[in-house]
Amino acid sequence: MKENDKASGGIARPHMTRIDPKTVVTLLILLVLAVVCVFLDLSWVSEDLSYTFSEVWAALMGDGTWSSNIIVREFNAPRVVAGLFVGAGLAIAGTAMQAVFRNPLASPYILGLSSGASLGAAIGMLFTIPLIPSVVATPVLAFITCFATMMLVYTMSRVGGAVRTESLILSGVAVSSLLSALVSFLTFIAGDQLEGIVFWSMGNLGNADWNEIAFMAPIIVACILLLITQARPLNAMMIGDSHAMDLGVDVRRTRLFVLILSTMIVAAAVSFVGVIGFIGLVIPHILRILLGPDNTRIMPLSAVAGACFILICDYLSHVIAPYYGTLPIGVVTSLIGAPLFIYLLLRRKKEVGWN
Amino acid sequence: MTLEVRSLKYTYGKYLVLDGVDLPIVDGEVIGILGPNGCGKTTLLKNLNKNLEPTGGCVMLDGESMADLSKKEIAREVAVVPQTNEIRFAFTVRDIVAMGRMPFQGMMGAPSGEDERIVDEAIRRTGLSKHVDRHINTMSGGERQRVIIARAIAQTPKYLLMDEPTLHLDISMQFDALNLVHKLSRETGLTVVIVSHDLGMVARYCDRIVMIHDHKVHCVGTPEEVLTPENMRTVFNVDAELVFDEKIGKNTVMLHDSLNEY
Repeated sequence: MKENDKASGGIARPHMTRIDPKTVVTLLILLVLAVVCVFLDLSWVSEDLSYTFSEVWAALMGDGTWSSNIIVREFNAPRVVAGLFVGAGLAIAGTAMQAVFRNPLASPYILGLSSGASLGAAIGMLFTIPLIPSVVATPVLAFITCFATMMLVYTMSRVGGAVRTESLILSGVAVSSLLSALVSFLTFIAGDQLEGIVFWSMGNLGNADWNEIAFMAPIIVACILLLITQARPLNAMMIGDSHAMDLGVDVRRTRLFVLILSTMIVAAAVSFVGVIGFIGLVIPHILRILLGPDNTRIMPLSAVAGACFILICDYLSHVIAPYYGTLPIGVVTSLIGAPLFIYLLLRRKKEVGWN
Repeated sequence: MTLEVRSLKYTYGKYLVLDGVDLPIVDGEVIGILGPNGCGKTTLLKNLNKNLEPTGGCVMLDGESMADLSKKEIAREVAVVPQTNEIRFAFTVRDIVAMGRMPFQGMMGAPSGEDERIVDEAIRRTGLSKHVDRHINTMSGGERQRVIIARAIAQTPKYLLMDEPTLHLDISMQFDALNLVHKLSRETGLTVVIVSHDLGMVARYCDRIVMIHDHKVHCVGTPEEVLTPENMRTVFNVDAELVFDEKIGKNTVMLHDSLNEY
């Protein structure tokens, strides 16, 4: 009894749930990293020229040279700003989906949501709908096809109320292949209309202009904030849907709400910068290794980390093969993310004795 | 404070699981719901906190039908210790126990000092003080159940529902778990509803027993009234008798043999 009392005295000190120093330190590091990434990605000019950070700062303030003002503010800035929103959104969407599906392998790209959104977006770009500007029609159509994909994959992978990893990923791959084929078909019959389709299907942050960013950013920011409010219910759902219900969570409503928000983020991102995969897989995974699974910490941090990651990948896409031009950013994120995905699958195989 | 079940019916599709069950639960008691596997005990338990919603009849909490209460309102009064199961993510013991405060928290904001104090107390009561930072996915079934019991205590409930608390546990762990909640009930007036098919454990720990047979209540009463050789023969198909163990001063069930004929 005495021992117990002593031990409880030990844990009465502010603990975990208050302010976790590790989380604060990680957040600070990520914020500094984000600033560095922004400058780094703003500084790229051409294969043999980058501005220094002070030149970037001067250009941002309008005190640069004639050319640095134009390159930094008109060429690079929209790309960087689009990247910040898309990276933050995709990372947090992945975190939320992994909690909902109780599965560390779930993410927008692997479940075929990106392909789903790209079908709608392609339709929106190909066919003009009277009275509705394409900047609105494209993301709305992308959302519809993306959500339909989500429901289809979810329904397909449910076996007697439980979602198994194998069936979830197989359903994602199957549906994704079909959708990609449809997008390729549309591209083929469209000829020149879907300009830069290769870039678009493998992602290109430079696709977005300020108008599009002004439309996309508020949607993504609102979805991110609303997703963060669901962090606690999502924690309970990671233990199990039944546990969550016992703790007073309206599981069906929470799941639907979170999936709609994630879908909106993916639809907005895909409509304006194309398909950029694996961010929603890589970022939450790394953060969980560092900080544990608590969504109240992981979700806000994954937004910041996702923004950093996409800007680093964007910078790499310019410098990896400079004399061949700029790589599509989706190639870079996949080169980093796919090996991690393979590693996670292999580790799982060891755990459950797959044959 | 009342929890009352009135002519509860529940069907899964066409399959009738509960056919008009009445349960008057007396506050502060440890009540056992006893029946063989597949008789609808777990379904009954899940109806007691709106985890499932009845097909007919109703469950009343403090005079209000649960149909009119939100899950969150119910979770402030009714906590559940489900059958032990796997948890894949590396939450710490404290993370899990702290989830017991969710029904009292808004969507955002840090837990209050009161929340922290209640969580610490639940951890102390369940003897988990040394394990607060351990990861739940590395713990044994018995330890995981202890953590879930701590979470339920942190919910500061009036009613604690336990689903097969002795299943999958080592024998000593079975006693530990039930000793813990029995003591809690006597000390704090917590009402405990235990669903089980374990005759001996129910005889030993429960003040009253409800025996379920053929999707209906077969009989209700004290262990002496309910655990008669006739009832145990009809419901469980065993030759058994209730005996009073002088050494521990508690009831236990002597199981003689199965009555199945092949």
